Amino acid sequence: MIVYGVALLSVCLVLGMLFGEVLGVVLNVEANVGGVGIAMLFLVFASNSDKFKALTEGVSGTGIKFWSAMYIPIVVAMAARQNVAAATEGGLLALSAGVAAVIVSFALVPVLSNIGKGDSPAPDTSEEQEAG
Amino acid sequence: MDIIETVFVRNNLVVAFAVVGVVMWVSYFLADKLTAGRIHGSAIAIALGLLAAYWGGTVSGGSRGVADVTLLGGIGLMGGGMMRDFAIVATAFGVHISELKKAGIAGVISIFAGVIVSFVVGASVAVMFGYTDPTAITTIGAGAVTYIVGPVTGEAIGASDAVITLSVAAGLVKSILVMIGTPLIAKRIGLDNPQSAMVFGGLMGTTSGVAAGLAATDPKLVPYGAMTATFYTGLGCLLGPSVLYFIVSAMF
Repeated sequence: MIVYGVALLSVCLVLGMLFGEVLGVVLNVEANVGGVGIAMLFLVFASNSDKFKALTEGVSGTGIKFWSAMYIPIVVAMAARQNVAAATEGGLLALSAGVAAVIVSFALVPVLSNIGKGDSPAPDTSEEQEAG
Repeated sequence: MDIIETVFVRNNLVVAFAVVGVVMWVSYFLADKLTAGRIHGSAIAIALGLLAAYWGGTVSGGSRGVADVTLLGGIGLMGGGMMRDFAIVATAFGVHISELKKAGIAGVISIFAGVIVSFVVGASVAVMFGYTDPTAITTIGAGAVTYIVGPVTGEAIGASDAVITLSVAAGLVKSILVMIGTPLIAKRIGLDNPQSAMVFGGLMGTTSGVAAGLAATDPKLVPYGAMTATFYTGLGCLLGPSVLYFIVSAMF
């Protein structure tokens, strides 16, 4: 049944969100801490485990694949509901802060991607200097 | 006219599916014919979405882009947090645990580095623009983290409304720039494998930006980037009004 896969996906999301919310309360933060990421881990474990085969293989699996394939259209809808007008009205300060943060973060991607590959501690120190 | 409005509003989500479907078709057609596949169809679709959002925001004066236009209200539901998170989690289907383990440490480091670096950059810009009040500097720095961390931090430490609005704008600029910039810069920063995608997600952190940026680059990378990105805002909300605020207060 296709709905089994959809239900598994839903349960993963709800459980992940609950964990994220609890984590937020424990850490005294007004936000859901990693709920979606935790939900993704649940789904990864479920889809890699034999116990959940009935929910992830065959027709049931297509219930999850459908939503995975709907991802890009949903992201397009998400883009269409962003507050772009407010971003353009923030003036030079908001523009500079946003642009600078993105450029520096982009530049750090290749630096940090090397961690674990050559396990050299070098990228670590440069990152800390950046932070200080 | 009344009849059309009634039908469109009553079936708003279904209308959204149809509209987005048409936008996707047009985008992929343009990507194929005009750019010969050099620009990804989804990148064009996302750019069209942002343009439409700008138009919607200007026309309606609301804060939800095209979703504030009555006939297109369903876009708000389709592109809202619930559907977005549902679809993001679905992309994790079929991801191998071994891939996640490989980038585990780099991914965690990148989240911390991302929050701190964006904060420092945002706070420095605030100082350059002449702010000397630690509350304002911290809030604007937090806005450069994400547009959620900005107001959460600002409200916690008692920043003025004007400063909070600025921090949201800074976060929005970041998010939109990540959406548009990622496919353009992906090759140069080596963003073509699960490991670098996890680092990318952790460094950028804006869930919307990462979600759209990776979708326009290579949909296979989405789950890896999204997984780390979703921890970023939480960490930002944790550090912003506490450690980072204390450090800024000590300096100014």
